[in-house]
Amino acid sequence: VCFIPGGLDCSISFISHVLGKVCVHGRQKEILSVLVPRLTDLTKSDCIWQRICWRLVECVPDRWMEAVVLGFVQRAPGADVLSRLLGNLVVKNKKAQFVVTQKMLLLQYGHTTAVLQNLLGYLALDSLRRALLIKVLKELLETWGSSSAVKHSPPEQQQYISKAILICLSHLKEPEIESCRQELLTSMMEGVKCHLDSNLPQIRRLGMIVAESISSKINTDGPVLKFQYEEDDEARELKSLLVQTPPFCVVPGPRDDDRNDKTDAALPGELESNKKSHPAAPVKPEEESDAELDSDDDLIPYDMSEDKELKTKAPVYIRDCIEVLTGSEDVDKWEATVKALESLVRKNPAATREVSVELAKIVLHLEEKTCIEGFVELRQRAQVAILTTDPIPVAKYLTSQFYSLNYSLRQRVDILDVLVLAAQELSYPKSHGKTKHSDAQKPCIQLLPGSDSSKDWRTIVDERIKNKTRRFAMGQSQVERASGPNEFNSVAGHFFFPLIQHFDRPLTTFDLLGEDHFVLGRLVHTLAILMYLAVNTMGVTAMGKALLEFVWALRFHTDSYVRQGLLSCISSVLLSVPAECLLEDVTEELLEAQSWLGDVVEKDPDGDCRRLALQNLLLMENLKKKLQTVPS
Amino acid sequence: MALPPPDPQFVLRGTGAAIHTLHFSCGSQEPAVPVLFSGSENGFIHVWNLKTHRVDTALDGHGRKSVYCVETMGGKDQLLSQGRDQRICLWDLAEGRTAVTDSVCTENVGFCRCSLLKVAQGRWLMAMAAKALEEVQVLELPSKTSVCTLKPEVGAKLGMPMCLKLWQPSCGSQPLLLAGYEDGSVVLWNMSMGKALSQLVCHQEPVMSLDFDSEKAKGISGSSEKVLSIWSLNEQQNLQVYKTHKLVNAGICDITIRPDKKILATGGWDHRIRIFGWKNLKPLAVLDYHTASVHAVSFSDHKIPSERLLAAGSKDHRISIWSIYTQT
Repeated sequence: VCFIPGGLDCSISFISHVLGKVCVHGRQKEILSVLVPRLTDLTKSDCIWQRICWRLVECVPDRWMEAVVLGFVQRAPGADVLSRLLGNLVVKNKKAQFVVTQKMLLLQYGHTTAVLQNLLGYLALDSLRRALLIKVLKELLETWGSSSAVKHSPPEQQQYISKAILICLSHLKEPEIESCRQELLTSMMEGVKCHLDSNLPQIRRLGMIVAESISSKINTDGPVLKFQYEEDDEARELKSLLVQTPPFCVVPGPRDDDRNDKTDAALPGELESNKKSHPAAPVKPEEESDAELDSDDDLIPYDMSEDKELKTKAPVYIRDCIEVLTGSEDVDKWEATVKALESLVRKNPAATREVSVELAKIVLHLEEKTCIEGFVELRQRAQVAILTTDPIPVAKYLTSQFYSLNYSLRQRVDILDVLVLAAQELSYPKSHGKTKHSDAQKPCIQLLPGSDSSKDWRTIVDERIKNKTRRFAMGQSQVERASGPNEFNSVAGHFFFPLIQHFDRPLTTFDLLGEDHFVLGRLVHTLAILMYLAVNTMGVTAMGKALLEFVWALRFHTDSYVRQGLLSCISSVLLSVPAECLLEDVTEELLEAQSWLGDVVEKDPDGDCRRLALQNLLLMENLKKKLQTVPS
Repeated sequence: MALPPPDPQFVLRGTGAAIHTLHFSCGSQEPAVPVLFSGSENGFIHVWNLKTHRVDTALDGHGRKSVYCVETMGGKDQLLSQGRDQRICLWDLAEGRTAVTDSVCTENVGFCRCSLLKVAQGRWLMAMAAKALEEVQVLELPSKTSVCTLKPEVGAKLGMPMCLKLWQPSCGSQPLLLAGYEDGSVVLWNMSMGKALSQLVCHQEPVMSLDFDSEKAKGISGSSEKVLSIWSLNEQQNLQVYKTHKLVNAGICDITIRPDKKILATGGWDHRIRIFGWKNLKPLAVLDYHTASVHAVSFSDHKIPSERLLAAGSKDHRISIWSIYTQT
């Protein structure tokens, strides 16, 4: 069927019908292979012909529209041509819109990349149609991101959709991306997850490429997503879709085939670029001859990627650590072991439990062999780790050693500190499984803060206890802590009672009640802290009772540090033991303590002691009041 | 894609002790066998046959005290060795003999290797650390007469001399001495006048080893820190720092520049031998074979370039022989 130019008033609908019928009968190829090139030429510069063409396709009845549109999209040599031929058909005609935006993209997947380019390019070329483009992109992304689609649709379809997405992305302009950035991001996140879950490497790669592309589009400045995958032809092809080649500037000329025009346009471009590179080439050898012939350049370096800092490897097993720490002459290894010990102990609780006492013994006696920074802390943290991993035997060992012969004061005080820190760790609910021991602080034992309001006794007492604790871990102040079973419960007694047992039994080198009152003071404070940490444990009443007896025995000690410790013991008892238990089981000791406290308030020479005693009395008063108000 | 570094061509085992010094003697014609001399901590000097890779002779002349320097004096029949027994021994090895012909008592308890320079046929200059702490003495061999004693000025606080290098400037004037000291400085000495021409602080730590290229008037020194320092000598005989190169691991035991001045090798405490291009100090290779610090590196003096070798002696009792960059 040939068109005769002229005859402006002819009705085209008849031709549309014919066209439609022919197409729907499957003869798209024959008719459109003649029609489309002719129309392309005719509509190239002639607006009237463009309008005629648009009328032509618009008048095709709906039942045949699909076939016609499909045919056009497939046959058009480029998106711009398609745009000229179809005009805004997709906007005007519902069926056409459905075919273009839904059917061809989501329901079919057999079309070539060129067809996709045509289609999406066509949508991108006109402002009216761009809204459709964005809609299409969103729908494509929805499909791409749906996990059931990823699981159940064939890989070819997924590839098709991915290509479509990439082409859409390539057409999007900045403001459009801005407007739907959030959605793009959300879809990308969901989609990439589904894709990476897949077992097929091809699907995973598709997901990665698309995600990377989306990410690069939405994050133009700043870090973009980058995956590692095998770059092969397919990947490269996909990525090339992201970049739109600029439309060929068609040289207006006689009615040549579009193709020829394009190649002509391409050739001059090529020649130009060749010309440019030629002048560059001769310059280079000149430069080289000018520069000194560097004989070093002849020597090709070898691969030096293995050249890294030499680090002595720390042992990976606990038993190896024991070996190194006890016998090894290799100082580097010893150092590495000391540094790695705490983390090893924490990572291998089962292995540590097997050798806990032995390890505790070694670490307790560990002397500084070489100058390591923070040796004392490393040792202490290792000890705490060992103690918390296997509390009962190690506590037994440590408390027995506290009262043994031939330990230095430093070691005995170390034992106390380790017990406190471990108790703290055990009694606090674990955050994320491991309590973090952040960079160590070395506070000296702080004296009491100046307390203003004696009514604020709880906070003051709390603070006092905090200050007395030699903190090596600065926990962050957390509002909510995950709750878990109190691990200190089962072992509190093991920490506490052995320490309290032998205090009045002097040894040849260690006399708590005599010269070593510094250690006594520390012991008393340690007991106070352990008491405080034992709140909510089962044995707290028994501990309280024993502690108050201990306090009573030592109440006239001359050292004020010891007395302050004793007073903080009383505070701990009052705070930790539930009030009812206090009244029931510990009444006598409480009354005795009360009388002593009264004495201290009036007669003690040390100001801090007096203040502490006063606070304790207030505590007791408040407790009594609280109990009285509660109907028994 | 860079190639992985080559493996040693062969490894010499059997010294039974840490190796402190190496010296090749391969320049003689066939049928003479190329040899490598090695000095070990157990006092032995081993003469390695590079064809059979076995020890031909073991020389025991330092009373089982560590030998830390061996040099040949014109061919492999005359050897000079320096040991911790405070002696420098001269050996006659011709026709299978193993006799010490002469010895010099240094009275020095340090570790500074002596430096040898041939000034005329049958005459050598030898610089060694002297009895007094900061002094360097230069003797003429074989007459053993003292040429000069180089004393740093009072208050210079250079410390012990750590490494020495005698060299002859290409313009043919008097030989000069470069000495690296304990405080990290390198000093250029004029021996006829007995005074220092120039001093340059190259390192913060003691200079462990140095080597000098007299053609380009450029030298390199390594120390116990992580930096290699390259310095040059200008026309006024002044030393100035040319470049520094930071290493991955600290500690260099020995540096040597290949006779053709194309590459240099360093042996370090991190068990690795590093090869650099001499022109621009471009890192070329890291040879990681030894399992203890590399005490000595030495290039061979083969006449045929393709046969050239690099030897590295280490504390792990092994000497590794490498054939690297031989085609240039």
